[in-house]
Amino acid sequence: MLTAFAIFSDGLVYAAYLFLVAVGLTLIFGVMKILNVTHGSFYAFGAYGAATAAGVWYDRGLNDAGGLLFMVAFAMLIGLVIGIVLERGILRFVYGRDEVVVVLVTYAVFLILEDVLVLVWGARSFTAYQPMIAAGSIDIGDLTLSNYDIGLVVLAGALAAFCYWALKYTRYGRLLTVVIFDRETAAAFGINVRVLYTVTFIIGAMLGALGGAMMAPKISVTLGIGVEVIVLAFAVVAIGGMGSIEGALIGALIVGIARAASVHLVPQLELFVIYAVMALVLGFRPYGLFSQVQPRKI
Amino acid sequence: MRMGSTVLGALAFAALAAIAPLLPPWLISLATIAFANALVVLGLIILWRTGLVPFGQALFYAIGAYAVALIGRYTPIRDVFFVVFVGAVAAGIVAYLIGFLLARYREIFFAMLSLAMSMILYGILVKTETLGSTDGFHVEAGSFLGWRPQGGTRNLAIFWLVLAYCAIAAWLVAYYFRSVAGSLTHPIRDNEIRVEFLGVSVDRLIHLKLVVSGVLAGIGGALAALAVQHVDPAMSYWTTSGGFVFVTILAGAGSVAAAFVGSLLFELVRSIAVTLVPGEWQMILGTALLLTILFLPEGLGSLVSRLRQRWRRGTAP
Amino acid sequence: MNANTSPILAVRDLEKTFGSVVAARDISVSVPAQQTVGIIGANGAGKTTFVNMITGHLAPSKGSILFEGRDITGLPSRAITRLGISRSFQVAQVFPTMTVIENMRIASAIARGRDSMLGLMSTPLDTPETAREADAALELFQIARYRDARAATLPQGVRKLLDIAMAVAGAPRLLLLDEPTSGISIEEKFGLMEVVMSALKTRRITVLFVEHDMDIVGRFADRVLAFYDGTVIADETPEAVLANPQVQTLISGTRAHGAGAAHA
Ligand SMILES: Nc1ncnc2c1ncn2[C@@H]1O[C@H](COP(=O)(O)OP(=O)(O)O)[C@@H](O)[C@H]1O
Ligand SMILES: [Mg+2]
Repeated sequence: MLTAFAIFSDGLVYAAYLFLVAVGLTLIFGVMKILNVTHGSFYAFGAYGAATAAGVWYDRGLNDAGGLLFMVAFAMLIGLVIGIVLERGILRFVYGRDEVVVVLVTYAVFLILEDVLVLVWGARSFTAYQPMIAAGSIDIGDLTLSNYDIGLVVLAGALAAFCYWALKYTRYGRLLTVVIFDRETAAAFGINVRVLYTVTFIIGAMLGALGGAMMAPKISVTLGIGVEVIVLAFAVVAIGGMGSIEGALIGALIVGIARAASVHLVPQLELFVIYAVMALVLGFRPYGLFSQVQPRKI
Repeated sequence: MRMGSTVLGALAFAALAAIAPLLPPWLISLATIAFANALVVLGLIILWRTGLVPFGQALFYAIGAYAVALIGRYTPIRDVFFVVFVGAVAAGIVAYLIGFLLARYREIFFAMLSLAMSMILYGILVKTETLGSTDGFHVEAGSFLGWRPQGGTRNLAIFWLVLAYCAIAAWLVAYYFRSVAGSLTHPIRDNEIRVEFLGVSVDRLIHLKLVVSGVLAGIGGALAALAVQHVDPAMSYWTTSGGFVFVTILAGAGSVAAAFVGSLLFELVRSIAVTLVPGEWQMILGTALLLTILFLPEGLGSLVSRLRQRWRRGTAP
Repeated sequence: MNANTSPILAVRDLEKTFGSVVAARDISVSVPAQQTVGIIGANGAGKTTFVNMITGHLAPSKGSILFEGRDITGLPSRAITRLGISRSFQVAQVFPTMTVIENMRIASAIARGRDSMLGLMSTPLDTPETAREADAALELFQIARYRDARAATLPQGVRKLLDIAMAVAGAPRLLLLDEPTSGISIEEKFGLMEVVMSALKTRRITVLFVEHDMDIVGRFADRVLAFYDGTVIADETPEAVLANPQVQTLISGTRAHGAGAAHA
């Protein structure tokens, strides 16, 4: 019983993390049809930025709640800047080329950014545990839950709800929905796809950085975190259906629970249970749970 | 022309084999690894021509390498021809099995699923003590049909072995490129429906290409393991796969020779860069890749053929 | 129909539903070898669905399809192609980035090696025979002067002819043409059909072709199937179909529509 509850709570926290890192990836894919490998860099820069911000803030002994806010704001600012530079400086020159060529472009940029990271922050690891400590924990029966983790779940839930609302009820969101589901019509209606692309990419970049900032207190901010995230986020998005926000949410939940179950029951399988789930889902639904691939009419 | 390039290729390999004893040992080591890796690149070219880029080809590379290492560790068999054969078969079987999933996909799904597969292997290797965990383990020196060379002679022997495999593979792949299967590249990229209605299963053809490229990567990995006498999980890591993709894009898919020249240049530049600017290697890679895609979409190899065309036009009567 | 010769194509009680849409129902047709059959019917009548089922692009929901006495119901399109049924498409399916001759060569070469993966790997693309065969096909369909043009740049009519020429490369015994003249101006339609039909006659191929223009159907078909709402409402000679009152009321628009180039 305790194990079941632990699996559920751990799974939920992990799912929250996965959703935070996957939502930006799936948004960019849905709108721009770009699988953005630099999403891993956004995450890493977000985490490093947050760690730096934490250092600046807490060294001055400023108050705890503001610290997290400052970290997030700083990380998202970095995401904003990198996003603009990438989209305006590089990506717009390859729109319309093969999908896989565009992936290679983002992969090349990812390689470059990995070294830029080292140039800026050096090869050492950082921590930013202060918000996590400050948040404290609560005991539920025999189980101790970190308040920060609970906050993470709430944030992910709120983000999902916000996306749902924004896509459905705001002008920009409805435009995006049209572009995601019916590109031809969107162009025919004279929707300015270019501007939409820029805005979407920047939002995606900031979401990636947000994910990094929120995870910074929980992890050791070190080299290589970007790669891990891009592969994980892809797995989540592939399970849910690329380009689908609700798919990312469901995918994150499935993977989160599956991983937590494996950690508690068969720890040896932890590393690849995610991919096993992905292979299983794709075996039945080749393009994910929420995908709509129409067969070509001939 | 066709006979010409076969003869030219054979001459090039023979010449390399002949001058090898005169070359400095560091160059032999570098060329051995470069040519072993070129086999992987050759397999990637097969896929890239059809528009497929596997981001996890190191999966098969590592399987070939670990097959050799495990035979050395758990059996008394040392024969290089046998162990490389086992490495190739093991990689081929894995490629065949995951092909049932992978061959249904194109473009990014193909690329990323391949990456995910390689990450699974990486996870297994890192976590499993009997497979050497993060440190990997030592690979036994091989014997060549009973002959057991030592030291510098061994390195030379391994180099010759690699050259022999490369020559055979190059010849077979060149033959494959001229076949109908090898020519079904642009047609698949252009219009799969037409290919199906000409009577060919595109999925099965891609499955076949995947197995061929997997076998090539397995041989490459097995030879690399013999050459460096060590295996570790990094051989299956995404950066290894990324290196192969990088050489493929940079060299271009235009010819078989591109794989070998590209791989050799890559190893040379890497060894120079790692000593001169150790912190900026990935940045150099990324920038070169970006510039290639933006300005030379057919790869550096296309520069050569473009020059050749111009030269021909210039000298033609 | 002659009772002594078994039909090359025998379709029995064919039905296809997409959810609640019934795209084909109760279709039973038998075609003797070397007959030329015209298929008419308004847009959405189920003509393409019929062609798609015979060529394996769609699996029928019910019924059976026999080709030369062999049950091919539900086989994938590539297997059906290898058995000897080819098709062209309402929207020409060629390889746009390749030149006309490259398109034709790959089609001829595939026909030689398509029986197995090993065959595909061991059959060379460029042999004197395939080259000759490809050039001959371009001559036969009168598109040789476009030999080195990229398929993407071809005029509509030439692209359609290339599509048909590629379908014929595998020496099929049964060929289905889905609206070979759609998107072609009225002046050119007759010429195009003339080229196609005389080419096919020299190869003794049985043909089913979908066409809106009754003048063309009357000129080239031995027999006409009239489709309405997923089923065959008339199966007669062209003259009889034209005079059929049911066809006149239900598919009356055919003729007028057929004159335009509006069918995509
Ligand atoms: N793949 C499909 N999915 C759903 N409905 C289809 C599909 N293909 C055809 N239909 C429907 O079946 C009917 C017949 O279509 P079709 O065979 O294309 O007609 P035709 O070729 O005579 O114009 C139409 O109502 C069409 O909408
Ligand atoms: Mg139709």
